[in-house]
Amino acid sequence: MAATLALAGNPNSGKTSLFNALTGARQHVGNYPGVTVEKKEGFYKDNGFEFHVVDLPGTYSLTAFSLEELVARNYLVTERPKVVVDIVDASNLERNLYLTVQFLELGLPVCIALNMVDVARRDGVEIDEKRLSSLLGVPVVSTVARSGQGKRELMAAAAARAHEISEPTSFSISYGDDIDRALLEMGRWIEEGSFLSGRYPSRWVALKYLESDEEVISEGRSADAELSAKLETKVRAVASHVSSTLNIQPEGLIADHRYGFINALLKRGVIVRRYDENRIRLSDKIDRVLTNRFLGPLIMAAVVFTLYQVTFSSSETPIGWVESFFGFVSGLADTYLPNGLLKSLLISGIIDGVGGVLGFVPLIMFMFLGIAILEDTGYLARIAFMLDRVFAAFGLHGSSVIPFIVGGGIAGGCAVPGIMAARTLRSPKERLATLLTVPFMNCGAKLPLMALLIGTFFSKHEGLLMFLFTVLAWLGALAVAKLLRMTVVRGAPTPFVMELPPYRLPTLKGLLIHTWERTWQYIKKAGTVILGISILLWAMMTFPGLPQNTRLAFETAERNLLAAAPAHVKDQMGLENASPEAAALKQELERLRAEEAEVALRNSFAGRIGSFLEPVSRWAGFDWKINIALVGGIAAKEVVVSTLGTAYSLGDVDPEESASLSETLAASPDWSGLLALSVILFSMFYAPCFVSVVCMVRESGSWKWGAFSIIFNTTLAFSLAVLVYQGGRFFGLLGG
Amino acid sequence: MAQIPMRRLKQGQSAVIASISAQGELGRRIRDMGLNPGTSVKIQGRAPLNDPVALRVRGFTLTLRNSEADFILVEVE
Repeated sequence: MAATLALAGNPNSGKTSLFNALTGARQHVGNYPGVTVEKKEGFYKDNGFEFHVVDLPGTYSLTAFSLEELVARNYLVTERPKVVVDIVDASNLERNLYLTVQFLELGLPVCIALNMVDVARRDGVEIDEKRLSSLLGVPVVSTVARSGQGKRELMAAAAARAHEISEPTSFSISYGDDIDRALLEMGRWIEEGSFLSGRYPSRWVALKYLESDEEVISEGRSADAELSAKLETKVRAVASHVSSTLNIQPEGLIADHRYGFINALLKRGVIVRRYDENRIRLSDKIDRVLTNRFLGPLIMAAVVFTLYQVTFSSSETPIGWVESFFGFVSGLADTYLPNGLLKSLLISGIIDGVGGVLGFVPLIMFMFLGIAILEDTGYLARIAFMLDRVFAAFGLHGSSVIPFIVGGGIAGGCAVPGIMAARTLRSPKERLATLLTVPFMNCGAKLPLMALLIGTFFSKHEGLLMFLFTVLAWLGALAVAKLLRMTVVRGAPTPFVMELPPYRLPTLKGLLIHTWERTWQYIKKAGTVILGISILLWAMMTFPGLPQNTRLAFETAERNLLAAAPAHVKDQMGLENASPEAAALKQELERLRAEEAEVALRNSFAGRIGSFLEPVSRWAGFDWKINIALVGGIAAKEVVVSTLGTAYSLGDVDPEESASLSETLAASPDWSGLLALSVILFSMFYAPCFVSVVCMVRESGSWKWGAFSIIFNTTLAFSLAVLVYQGGRFFGLLGG
Repeated sequence: MAQIPMRRLKQGQSAVIASISAQGELGRRIRDMGLNPGTSVKIQGRAPLNDPVALRVRGFTLTLRNSEADFILVEVE
């Protein structure tokens, strides 16, 4: 067994680059148990050293406020890695050491990777690593993670650190008289009572009590309620003392002293600056243009639009390959398998299901590549910065814009990558509200139905209506987000106290690894569930099939038709330039089969659901045919048009060429412009397709939210549709 | 030396943090990112809609919303 090495450090410190440099392609991405924080693991082997490398989430501190910080802390405490490599950005030493100091207070075997020394040097910052090492009492190795420079030296130092058999280094900072005295006293109680023994150093526990750390205090209460109460009483006494004398809470005092300690340390010859640390750097000059009041939003619109274009246009060709491959396989099955249930299951359930999952892969890959570029260059943080004012008003975050755009904020996106793009949000509540509202956007799969109905009933205002429906989707998503943030996802906004990292050129290797690992995760996790649901939906649309006598009646009718036709007409049916008699026969046969399909669909479980719902759905104007098409839409929204075709006995309707369906609807007395509007509204807002639901469940970490979105969205959509349909009928608008 | 809320600082203006009245998570975030009393800050820019604001502190750039800056009092020359 190789020793475990944990990589820890601030976001933007080059931690991921170092992880990639150490483990190469041998990495595994999963989640920490029970939470949605990504856990990356890999293996390092070189020069006689072997390590199991775990990449901890990037954090600025180790409080219990954010999930990432809690996960990192718990991992370090419970898993006790042999060595903790702390990546410290040399060009941003002061703030990075704030985390280092907290690792040392936890008594961890730390080894510092002083990263980006090249950037620091360019900024006129020289760091005496030997001096830093001796002052902190831990090894310090200079690295440039992007190029892998210093990697081997770092691993040698880490190995030496891992094999040291010694007591954890005792490291302590003075927090001023009041706190220090309390720490000593509380530390003694903790040791005497073996309180939370073995898990944390005693001084650290006392410190966390003084910082009012909810996690540690609740752990302490369940371990020894009496001693915990004694500690809490002491903390209250200290708190009231420091707040009356210094007008500050102990936790504030502790943070201030930590920075004071680091400041003093750096002044002892660790750092030499050639320029003022707050001087204007290249990155700031770029920001003057990119976040400029007038140019900034324009450039941002262009960048976001380009991301959208590139994602959807470059994935078109590979999606075509995937589709033609599955079309080919499906064709093979069609040709070589006997008609029957097995064939139907294989084609409509399995091949279409797997094809559906894999069809999204190119899209997801390009989306993640685009986002990785925005993220790694530092531009994503600027987008959040510029748009936060708008999105914060709806209880969201500036970064919510990317998921919304990718999800169909510019008509034609896709909710699946949109939901996955919400990962870039670090604020949990804003993230949840974002991923729950992304499916309201008009994704590409909703467009065929909209185009069909608008084209049939409102052909004069096609462009205007498409635009209005896009605006409506945005308004709906933002309004629902606001509603959610005031009810089920309520809570104070996550502070926007964020770093704007300097602009950097991303590395190709980093981008590719990033893109691939996320795509692979989608294929692996979503794939299995989606296949299962796809088979289930197939079964619902297929079983119980036609009753014996009905099927026999159709078979007899078909046989009679063929028997009545002369032999030479039958022979010509398969030909391109068949005679008029043969074409008519063929058409008649197709009509018969389409009718059979309609009856079978109506009799299926899905059809029965459609009929069963009719009394209620009538309020919105939907009959069983529309119901069943919309039920089918839960499998994939593009199915709505083809199911509608089957329900209207038109056989399989290609969603892209739905002229025959359009004629049928226009001629049907059941349909009106008002009903079309009601159906469009419902289809925009009702339950997301199940691929989206599965992604939501994965990203939110709970089935609860998947179920919520199905029920809530459908209720909302139905209310809207009823409102519009009944309102329209009342006022006699749009032929209602 | 006058003490004013950080929100009122103008573009390019420098100041020294006098006190922070935020508590709980916000208070911790502000302090963890290095905004402590005695630290000097400089307004680097504002978002197109005037909010949030970008500050230069301890050699890096930090953003915060105006509503969050209201908890910070600064001293200006």
